[in-house]
Amino acid sequence: MADTVQTWSPQLPGVALRPSARQNLRLFLQRRSTIAVLMCLPLILIIACLVIYPAFYSIYLSMLNKTQTRFIGLGNFRFLLSRDVFLMVVEQTAIFALTAVFFKALIGLITAHLINNLPASGQRKWRGMMLVPWVIPLALSSLGWWWLFDPIHSAFNYILQSFGYDEVPWLSSPYWARFSVILVNVWYGAPFFLIMYLAALKSVPDQLYEAAAIDGANAWQKFVHITLPMMRNIISITVLFSLIVTFANFDIVQIMTAGGPRNMTHVFATYAFMLGIRSGDLPLGAATSLFMFPILAIAAIFILRGVRRRGREIG
Amino acid sequence: MTQSSPLSQSRPTRRNLLKSAALGSAAAFAAPYVKDSYAAGSLSLGVWDHWVPGANNTLTKLCNEWGAKNNCEVKIDYITSQGEKDKLTAAAEAQAGTGHDIMSHRDWNIRIHQTVLEPLDDVVGGLIKQYGPISPVAEYLAKIKGTWSGVPTTVGSQVKPCQSRLDLYQQYAGLDLRDMFPADVSKYDKAKIDTWSWDTYLDAAQKLHKAGFPVGLPMGQSSDAVDWVGALFNSFGVVMVDAKDNIKINSDEARTALEYLKKLMAVNPPEVYAWDDAGNNRWIISGKGSGIMNPPSSWAVAIRDNKPVGEQLWHHPMPRGPKGRFVGQLPQFYGLWSFSKNKSAAKDLLTYISQKDAVAQLVAASSGYDLPSFTSMYDITTWQTVAPPAGVVYSYPPRGDEQTSITGAPARSEVGAQIYNQAINTVMVSKFTQGNEKLDDVIKWAENELEGTLRA
Repeated sequence: MADTVQTWSPQLPGVALRPSARQNLRLFLQRRSTIAVLMCLPLILIIACLVIYPAFYSIYLSMLNKTQTRFIGLGNFRFLLSRDVFLMVVEQTAIFALTAVFFKALIGLITAHLINNLPASGQRKWRGMMLVPWVIPLALSSLGWWWLFDPIHSAFNYILQSFGYDEVPWLSSPYWARFSVILVNVWYGAPFFLIMYLAALKSVPDQLYEAAAIDGANAWQKFVHITLPMMRNIISITVLFSLIVTFANFDIVQIMTAGGPRNMTHVFATYAFMLGIRSGDLPLGAATSLFMFPILAIAAIFILRGVRRRGREIG
Repeated sequence: MTQSSPLSQSRPTRRNLLKSAALGSAAAFAAPYVKDSYAAGSLSLGVWDHWVPGANNTLTKLCNEWGAKNNCEVKIDYITSQGEKDKLTAAAEAQAGTGHDIMSHRDWNIRIHQTVLEPLDDVVGGLIKQYGPISPVAEYLAKIKGTWSGVPTTVGSQVKPCQSRLDLYQQYAGLDLRDMFPADVSKYDKAKIDTWSWDTYLDAAQKLHKAGFPVGLPMGQSSDAVDWVGALFNSFGVVMVDAKDNIKINSDEARTALEYLKKLMAVNPPEVYAWDDAGNNRWIISGKGSGIMNPPSSWAVAIRDNKPVGEQLWHHPMPRGPKGRFVGQLPQFYGLWSFSKNKSAAKDLLTYISQKDAVAQLVAASSGYDLPSFTSMYDITTWQTVAPPAGVVYSYPPRGDEQTSITGAPARSEVGAQIYNQAINTVMVSKFTQGNEKLDDVIKWAENELEGTLRA
């Protein structure tokens, strides 16, 4: 498809055919690619200012000493790798992100199937209701969950006690605290998977299921041999996207536990905040947050490679 | 004949201009501080948003008074410390090199931003001349390499002594706290006060726990927890890192303090490990608790929300340990950015709001919560008159033999900031008391973490 305006004309010897500057400008502006770039320019500028510049600035910061007066190369990264607490944060972030993404994907898949099997007239209200956790601002919903888990006036504990059970130390025991922050993340993120999987399910041709039914396939076989293969790319993309967002999560952990007790719920973002903002060591905070980058880049390479391969197979 | 007008007489010439510029520059460098705020026009302040309802209004009033006298427009933004928004704002302004003229800084932020803060020796020096010795904690935090980079505020500055229930202590622990610490320092009886030690405190805490009203001492990683544990460590003689970067945590004093804390934490509610800075407030206000360590904000809210509890609260000094009686102090400071366009006016305003008359109004507006850094101002009448019960906050300012301290000292303030903000002391205690880790392992962990704080 041509994206330029053709300006061909026969050139006669001795006749100057060079268009004027004004004509050149008009032709340049008439090109579809030029218009596309111009229309995207505000977005490009916003991304450059709010994403690209801060990203490079944080790389620069991470290579400075504590007082930002001396370039120390990878010194901050080497220092972090020698700290027990940081290694614990790496482990915790991996546990937090992988567990949360797994359960979000699982719950999203199950609920998408349930909603997809409802009569068409009833689907809309269920879709709307299921999306509620995802559309509430995360800081607000985290605060709501914190009140439910509140160490002194926990609503959950009130209910448990009214049925004769013991209180649960939701946020004061490190392992319960880990469970609680993962639970809230799953609650918040599962609707995203639901909506993506529901869209994917709707795009699977009915003829495939009809053919499988004629061949005598049961529901499980249809799911394994038709639904899952048809959804693999969507599953991969959603998992990748969610992995990135969950690895970088800040709000839930900061509001509910602030990394405690005993640093045992810190993730990269909250630990970076503690080092960079609370303790005033911005270079070390920047280095901590940049540790996510290689981990996520490797995950992205593998997942996207799989998506491309399957795309070629289908194509 | 034409008469020359005054304008023509002062017609600028190159020579005059150079002369004026040279004189101006010389004056600016030679004069340490010149009150010339008439030339200023406007000043902007980013100030900590007070917990106590209405307390901001008094500061606004004082600033507007000064502004009216000096023909200077003053604009104040009150910035909450919830979610560390004030620290984020300060960090952003320091990095950007633009923002408010004056910014209030909590705890360690003066040290953190020292390179972009204007020296304020003239202002603080003048105040010390007027009001005598300043708090050593304020000096530790804001006087860096011999230069004052911040002016201690009254607003938001605090200590965290005991706040206890008179009725419960009397009934279950047999201690009359009002008799021990009456609302008049001249009536303090040394013999009685000397009995108020950490051993007595533990004994009382055990009895109160048994009676179903435990004391509530936070053991999370927020400042209330860090401050009271720091005060206890000081009273046991625990030094984490000394002023010469020597790690000293592997000591008999540290082991003794941790063993003591094992017993004390056993009689606290188990949820203290998850409390933020509001946790202990909620505990005492709920009526379930018999004592906390906090400024009077919890008392003020109790009077509003649960008056019978509020009427039984009493502030009094911390228990004494083998090395003395210490209370955690957390001053705030006004810093003047070096990129401020209006430094002279800013210094004049800071001096104005630090005068005793202004301080007295600020203390009154906060019902005694705000604590100036000059002990000579502890005679402000608010602390005697606030009620109920009458005299509840009299012993909130350190009186008698109580000394102020901050976790992290006496290490270099760069190191101290890391120790404080990473809550190394409370994590140590939590590992030992909640995690049941071996004492040697906890000490070893702390040594490793403290070594990390020494990074250049």
